[in-house]
Amino acid sequence: MISKDVVEKVAKLSRLHLEEEEIAQYADQLNQILDTMAGLQQIDTDGVAPLAHVLPIENVFREDEVGECFTQETVLANAPEQSNGMFQVPKIV
Amino acid sequence: MEYEVVIGCEVHVELKTKTKIFCSCPTDFGGEPNTHVCPVCLGLPGTLPVLNKKVLEYAIKAGLAMNCEIAHFSKFDRKNYFYPDLTKAYQISQFDLPICKNGYIDIETSEGKKKIGITRIHMEEDAGKLVHQGATITTSAGSLADYNRAGVPLIEIVSEPDMRSAEDVLAFLTNLKAIIEYTGVSDARMEQGSLRCDVNLSLRPAGQKEFGTRAEIKNLNSFRAVERVIKYEIDRQTDILESGGKVVQETRTWDDGKGMTFSLRSKEDSDEYRYFPDPDLTPIIVTDAYIEELRASLPELPQVKRARMIEEDGLPEYDAGVITASKALADFYDGVRAHYDDAKKISNWIMVELLAKVNAEGMELEAVKIQPEQMAALLKLVDSGDISGKIAKKVFAEMFATGKDPADIIKEQGLVQISDEDALKEMVSHVVEANPKSVEDYKAGKTKAMGFLVGQIMKQSRGQANPAVINKLLAEKLDSM
Repeated sequence: MISKDVVEKVAKLSRLHLEEEEIAQYADQLNQILDTMAGLQQIDTDGVAPLAHVLPIENVFREDEVGECFTQETVLANAPEQSNGMFQVPKIV
Repeated sequence: MEYEVVIGCEVHVELKTKTKIFCSCPTDFGGEPNTHVCPVCLGLPGTLPVLNKKVLEYAIKAGLAMNCEIAHFSKFDRKNYFYPDLTKAYQISQFDLPICKNGYIDIETSEGKKKIGITRIHMEEDAGKLVHQGATITTSAGSLADYNRAGVPLIEIVSEPDMRSAEDVLAFLTNLKAIIEYTGVSDARMEQGSLRCDVNLSLRPAGQKEFGTRAEIKNLNSFRAVERVIKYEIDRQTDILESGGKVVQETRTWDDGKGMTFSLRSKEDSDEYRYFPDPDLTPIIVTDAYIEELRASLPELPQVKRARMIEEDGLPEYDAGVITASKALADFYDGVRAHYDDAKKISNWIMVELLAKVNAEGMELEAVKIQPEQMAALLKLVDSGDISGKIAKKVFAEMFATGKDPADIIKEQGLVQISDEDALKEMVSHVVEANPKSVEDYKAGKTKAMGFLVGQIMKQSRGQANPAVINKLLAEKLDSM
């Protein structure tokens, strides 16, 4: 059962600001999702390996060879703020 | 109350690949900010990370060298957290199926031999560099982000909480660093950040089975800092427990200048990272054949080399320990040994002359100009009597400074040892005539006077006289008087 506290915690971890009524709304919706998932829990999965990837592919690698990088100008093109070739970000903690 | 200290380490090692873990940007240090960056390591939407094969190879090699089981099936997961050192709001790491697990490293301390368990080794991407605008992160106004390091391949080596003292931890780190260096998967240089250590430390009343609450101290980039942190944290946590308080489970940062740890944030539980399999990366299947191929490619590891030096070369345990702790030093020793038989003499020169110079200059061993063959040649010149031990030290200093051959230095500076009896007889006569008092003393039974006279002759020959010949000639001269 997803309580108001759990919604608040998940919102905090996701850095989302939720209004009071949104918290109740999301708690409701998340509970509906869990109820649906509870149905899946009925399925017998004994002896079934957990799925690591949805596609039947494995071992896709690249060789250790240097390729092209972006220029500093391109990298910073969409930065809202920049300084000395770096992204300017707000106070962190 | 008596407390027992319980310590585990998480060691991040930067792998020595040419390119990043999931893209083809170079891993070189020292570029202008944000110039070793592409859409993949910037985490732009629609990009696809692809694993660098060398990273897998190096991670497995490190695991084999630390006696780990290698997973036949492994995968990458997303570790979700909001911190601007990564642009994606998650780090690609490994959660429940790491590439290596259940290994150990042997250590030896004043308490004896001990195995320190390796819980797991996993592959992950490094984060970018943040420059905080202010004295510390907590007082800064904002930060600047450079993503050149973002996506540089790391392995994180997680130990069991098997360590009980700073001495244990230092021995563990020393051996871990040496093993990594020998395998060649990383430079493992703490001062350059290619080996970083987090320390998890807790206290429990002596005899109690359950662990106490631990603090994790991050940001340790020297052995000295590790040692100081452990002492500091033991005191801090003891004070809290003694005064009836509770240690808070948290991440702390070490301030080297102040010599204190500070709370950084309450430790997020692993479920707060909301790990889930990264759908961008495919699972990794490793065959036994590949594992065995890599095992066969491993060089002789420090423990084995150390045992060989003690058993086959007859070196004292201490010498073997010092020499094998650094791959460069061990390689130098082996190189000299290939051309020269007296292991103890090689060891003495390395431990006394070479290390003293290297330490005095504060330089890397890799930068030493003397080649192993040249060192062997110098030792042979001493053995053959061409130069004295004293002159050899002078020649060594010149070799160290210039990288020249010892024979050339001796020729250029006229340092050849004088063994010619006629030439030396003259010097002996001179010194004997000039020091009648010493001769008298010698005649009166004061054998020490002989040593003084030998010293005078050596001085006159500027250290070049062959001491054995001098001793013989002087004894003959004195006896004939």
